[in-house]
Amino acid sequence: MKRQRITIDGNEATTLVAHQVNEVIAIYPITPSSGMGEFADEWSALKRPNIWGTVPLVVEMQSEGGAAGAVHGALQTGALTTTFTASQGLLLMIPNMYKIAGELTSTVFHVAARSLAAQGLSIFGDHSDVMAVRQTGWALLSSGGVQEAHDFALISQAATLKSRVPFMHFFDGFRTSHEVTKIEQLTEDDLKAMIDNDLVREHRARGLSPDHPVLRGTAQNPDVYFQARETVNPYYEKTPAIVQEAMDKFAKLVGRQYRLFDYVGHPEAERVVIVMGSGGETVEATVRSLVEKGEKVGVIRVRLYRPFSIEHFAGALPQSVKSVAVLDRTKEPGSAGEPLYLDVVNALVESDRAGIKVIGGRYGLSSKEFTPAMAKAVLDELSKPKPKNHFTVGIHDDLSGTSLDFDPAFSIEFPETVRCVFFGLGSDGTVGANKNSIKIIGEETEGNAQGYFVYDSKKSGSLTISHLRFGPKPLQAPYLIGANTANFVACHQFSFLERFDVLKYAQPGGVFLLNSIYGAGEVWNQLPREAQEIIIQKNLKLYVINAYDVAEKTGMGQRINTIMQTCFFAISGVLPRDEAINQIKKAIKKTYGKRGDVVVQKNYEAVDQTLANLHEVKVPAAATSALTRRDPVPAAAPDFVRGVLGPMIAFEGDDIPVSALPVDGTYPTGTTQWEKRNIALEIPVWEPDLCIQCGKCVFVCPHAVIRHKVYDEKLLEGAPETFKHSKSKFKEFSNGMAYTVQVAPEDCTGCTLCVEICPVKDKSQVGRKAINMAPQPALREQEAKNWDFFLGIPDVDRALFSPSTVKNSQLLRPLFEFSGACAGCGETPYVKLVSQLFGDRSIIANATGCSSIYGGNLPTTPWAQNAEGRGPAWSNSLFEDNAEFGLGMRLTLDKQTEYVRELVGHFTEEIGPDFANALLNADQSTELGIQEQRNRVAELKNKLAGSKDSKAKDLVSLADVLVKKSVWIIGGDGWAYDIGYGGLDHVLASGRNVNILVLDTEVYSNTGGQSSKSTPRAAVAKFAAQGKGIPKKDLGLIAMSYGYVYVARVAMGYNDAQTLKAFLEAEAYDGPSLIIAYSHCIAHGIDMAKGLEQQKLAVQAGMWPLYRFNPSLADQGKNPLELDSKEPSIPVEQYAYNETRYRMLLQTDEARAESLMTLAKRDVASRWKYYQQMAAMHYDNGGEEKSEQG
Amino acid sequence: MPNLTTNYLGLPLRNPLVASASPLSERVETVRKLEEAGIGAVVMYSLFEEQIIHESLELDHYLSYGTDSFAEALSYLPDIGRYSLGPEKYLDQVNALKNAVNIPIIGSLNGVSTGGWIEYAKKIEEAGADALELNIYYLPFNPDLTSAELEKNYIELIRNIKAQINIPLAVKLGPYFTGLANILRQFADAGADGLVLFNRFYQPDFDLEEFDVVPNLKFSTSDEMRMPLRWIALLYGQLQADFALTTGIHTGIDAVKAVMAGANVAMMASELLKKGPGRVTEVLAEFTAWMDENEYDSVEQMRGSMSARAIGKTNVLRRANYIQTLNSFRYLP
Repeated sequence: MKRQRITIDGNEATTLVAHQVNEVIAIYPITPSSGMGEFADEWSALKRPNIWGTVPLVVEMQSEGGAAGAVHGALQTGALTTTFTASQGLLLMIPNMYKIAGELTSTVFHVAARSLAAQGLSIFGDHSDVMAVRQTGWALLSSGGVQEAHDFALISQAATLKSRVPFMHFFDGFRTSHEVTKIEQLTEDDLKAMIDNDLVREHRARGLSPDHPVLRGTAQNPDVYFQARETVNPYYEKTPAIVQEAMDKFAKLVGRQYRLFDYVGHPEAERVVIVMGSGGETVEATVRSLVEKGEKVGVIRVRLYRPFSIEHFAGALPQSVKSVAVLDRTKEPGSAGEPLYLDVVNALVESDRAGIKVIGGRYGLSSKEFTPAMAKAVLDELSKPKPKNHFTVGIHDDLSGTSLDFDPAFSIEFPETVRCVFFGLGSDGTVGANKNSIKIIGEETEGNAQGYFVYDSKKSGSLTISHLRFGPKPLQAPYLIGANTANFVACHQFSFLERFDVLKYAQPGGVFLLNSIYGAGEVWNQLPREAQEIIIQKNLKLYVINAYDVAEKTGMGQRINTIMQTCFFAISGVLPRDEAINQIKKAIKKTYGKRGDVVVQKNYEAVDQTLANLHEVKVPAAATSALTRRDPVPAAAPDFVRGVLGPMIAFEGDDIPVSALPVDGTYPTGTTQWEKRNIALEIPVWEPDLCIQCGKCVFVCPHAVIRHKVYDEKLLEGAPETFKHSKSKFKEFSNGMAYTVQVAPEDCTGCTLCVEICPVKDKSQVGRKAINMAPQPALREQEAKNWDFFLGIPDVDRALFSPSTVKNSQLLRPLFEFSGACAGCGETPYVKLVSQLFGDRSIIANATGCSSIYGGNLPTTPWAQNAEGRGPAWSNSLFEDNAEFGLGMRLTLDKQTEYVRELVGHFTEEIGPDFANALLNADQSTELGIQEQRNRVAELKNKLAGSKDSKAKDLVSLADVLVKKSVWIIGGDGWAYDIGYGGLDHVLASGRNVNILVLDTEVYSNTGGQSSKSTPRAAVAKFAAQGKGIPKKDLGLIAMSYGYVYVARVAMGYNDAQTLKAFLEAEAYDGPSLIIAYSHCIAHGIDMAKGLEQQKLAVQAGMWPLYRFNPSLADQGKNPLELDSKEPSIPVEQYAYNETRYRMLLQTDEARAESLMTLAKRDVASRWKYYQQMAAMHYDNGGEEKSEQG
Repeated sequence: MPNLTTNYLGLPLRNPLVASASPLSERVETVRKLEEAGIGAVVMYSLFEEQIIHESLELDHYLSYGTDSFAEALSYLPDIGRYSLGPEKYLDQVNALKNAVNIPIIGSLNGVSTGGWIEYAKKIEEAGADALELNIYYLPFNPDLTSAELEKNYIELIRNIKAQINIPLAVKLGPYFTGLANILRQFADAGADGLVLFNRFYQPDFDLEEFDVVPNLKFSTSDEMRMPLRWIALLYGQLQADFALTTGIHTGIDAVKAVMAGANVAMMASELLKKGPGRVTEVLAEFTAWMDENEYDSVEQMRGSMSARAIGKTNVLRRANYIQTLNSFRYLP
């Protein structure tokens, strides 16, 4: 069987083997390993068999801990079993890993190595997670690139079956898991040749069976535990040789030879670097380059890290070596050195080579770049008489002085390699087109191809940077394309030139392709001066195309991917033009053919129209532009924002020195206001004459960019000319009061939810509403001034009105604004509502997920402060523990409140008995009551100011807890229904006063839409590619069963007043509250502008019945359950088939779609009947049903 | 028992009742029931050009939307890459129906553009359809488009499709042509073996609560058959094409009228959608009973018996009919 050359990423390369050599696969999503689970699930859905001809059983679990447990059970009963994970997920597997190893069980876990959350979470790659399991007794096999990930997935499987030691095969998250490159695919014959079926049967035979019963998992006593622990030694002793044997067998079969410690370099090397993972590729390439120049240097690439074979290590290290530098991609604060370093020190001592000088250092944490320049700096350090130990490389550590200097200009790139950098907008398809280009070159030519993609941390209007290399020589370059080295730079968004130093990548004489609405004759004068100067100075060839125009004319909409790809091939010269066009068309057919011929045809048309619209620009001799690049943040921003967040926004965060960053991960709030992203093509425009001042547009705005205020008409003095206003129609604020709805033009995402929800229609032109969309550029400057003026108008005093109506609630200032959530996000309006109603006195525990990313991902964060400097205090602990985390916050408040009340009692005489009484018994059920209590607390502090009494100092420092605080526990359904459910249940049961908001998108949205237990029956999701066969878990019903938990199910698109009421009641309830909020999501495959309409249909179809369950009512002898929606009135299909997640099952498996839809309808009917009966129950039975919670 | 057999598009049918294009043919089981109930033939639901394009573009849009933008979620839906989009699904259904029943199955293609689209005519034939009905359902709302241009396009489309297939071709159209009789002749000359009169254009309505334009699908009534009845009666025997009367057939008596006007078949949808496939048996019984009562031996004998040519009073069907209708209203004292 001939081996194919394929162009794929590391996740796919690994799964291609793992799926074929296993029978059971337990999965759970976590970045960057989710792709492996997704491939496995999809392939099993497509009935792709393993090498034994049977389709692996893929099961999603509720957490990585659950996956490990399921794997353990499957292994114990004899199935070949695997899982995929990363980071915190791997940590959750540790308890089972000890067991699996202790029981000498053959398995391979495939890990996309990722940072662990410490001072902050990071989804990117390093070995922190891997190093946290090095003590579990598992063999650790490290691959350094996509081909190796493919190969080692097989070698590790072969070795675990032979050795009985479980293996963890790992590779660098993102750098390898997501790098797309050309590899040679192993054939089924290769796999069969490597896997010994006798060993497979032995593995099965060790499985538990009542037909030959044994007992495993005893509890052991001091008499034997120790000895029993030592029984496994011979297995570990044999494992390195078994791995090498498998590597040798693999080499004979396939031709690629690996060793446990692969040495590359000068045979008489004096200086050697020891490194693991993709960094080894970089060091190896650097060493080769330096050896060619005569340097006596080398590298040992560690493949098998555990069991660590000192014998093999010593054998690999040339006798000539005088000094070694060990690079660890992890940090162990407080240790004597990082783990690989300590292992090497020990190995040298034990192999009698203690005379070799050893230094260790850290590199590449969280996918920090590790380049040949850095590798060279490490080797250079070894030449110094007193090389720095415990160094860092790749950062500037001005705090502890650990960092090595390196020469960023040092490069070992081959001149034959073509290097290309593309700046794209996430939504324009740039990355997808580049992946296609890599496939074209990788699979249709003899050349090599590599692609790596950098994304920013926003979910809307995000920037992507693609780094592509093509060339005849192997591309041993797992690092980004450096400054001044790209032959080709493309900027797919003209506005990026105003914001970023796009052209720093271009090498002298390179090509620059720009998507521009300005033609070849006029574009020059529109370029910022900095860009003009670089183009002239580097003598770049400049090409322009109006890709949006071509896209519009060929039916491509905003997707300019095919057009820009055609331009790239036309002018980069990587392939002859005609051949390139043919190949692009072939790729189009391959990529889109399954989606229908019309899709293929429109792409063909785009290709055909491109060349005629591509023009070279004659570059003038001098820079003439009056325009300059914009600062990332305005001058008025605080120092920290300008000095630290600004460079991050400008993609220059790598240059920030250690000393500039907070030591404990604490950041100021309210920083999104400084990052003006200007991503909306159109923004809403208010029509005061039509507006009925209902506030619905403000209520639903996911981004807090549309706001309304009532204010004294006198404040209009000095208003900008175009500032709009009308007379206030609020009954509380009528005489002499003006009203304005204002949009933040530079923060709006253009999602149009506000226009969709506006209930007003112009009587003479029904298509016109009280808000309508209009192009942003023409309005930007004017509305930015209006926005500033609007912000300057004071907010209405919260004590002056009740927020219990939708319009009133929206007078409260949002303290969650301008997040990077998807345009039209269904979650953020609820989050914003919490911030408006309770934000000035709330503490928020946020589960990891979308809400923690748009809520807390640097550079700027949306949680904000009011004019008095109060606002939500926010934190994210983990994914699985958020309920407990929030409960801990409540416990602190409860304890501190108790202590403060004791202290107030203690100081009663000093502060006055009446005052003490007022402090302790304040009615804080209204905003006025809260304001009065704040005043009392201020007075208390005044009264005790200057006291030297320690108790008085305590009281002053803690007195603020006397003002009612609101604890909110926020997260998605992945957390609440699955991974965090155990904790959530316990916190609900605790009876403590916490408010839990579940933003229910019915999938794991943040990791790309994997199924959760909230996913409804009949919907397709990742990990449920065949359509979910079981119904959605009824979390609300479970919570109601406690009797003392306030529970509400809301969907603001159906009834905003009910949503508001539920939030107010939940917070007012002195006990645990749970709000489950329908959150439409991009993962539903809907037009996000119709998200609220879908919410409405979901309720009408009975898929999302609304209710409030208020235990306080039971105390009054009333039924606590009130149904807030009507009996289902439309067929489920009318709601469901508006969404791709349901509809696509009709297109992939119609029979299953129909049978699941029938069952889904039954679910709806039976649930409604059940709720109806519950809501009709009598509770006037003398208090028997009364809540016992107080 | 009279002889109910008829011939439509060269296909021998056991009776002139045909299920017209509707969702009834989306399920094999329903078509089987129609056959059991006695239907003569079934026209399948239409393969809509616009719908296929829309489905493809929609799937492409949502599978692409939001992808490759955010490091943790490079896509949001599983793309298992095997989709049964419109044409393939339709062709599978033609095949499934042909395997399930013995009555003729007539495919239906709804589109107005030439080009790649007409390949599906061939594919429908290959899938086993006994004949093809081309439904030219098009609203000519573009003021720049002249009748002449549009008619030329239709004729070209019929010619192109006819050239693609070996099975008979029927053309289904609406009544809105200035020179209806002439265009029907041109359609017949271009290759239409049958003419299906008339298509119903679903007219949207205004929702005055929501100030919105809303689709409004209403079932036909027997009254609506009078326009096709009149036209078939007028043109029977004048054109080289079979006639199918569609719209407004609800009862056996309606079907009798259709045949007497000159239709080879009477097509039903609304009635069957409302009352189920079993209704065919009742309609057929009514039809047969009427023939028995009125001593007709065969459908053949009945066909065209009240056409303009047969009644000899063509004017009644032309203008006098109008005058007569007006005169039939009397003002009561």
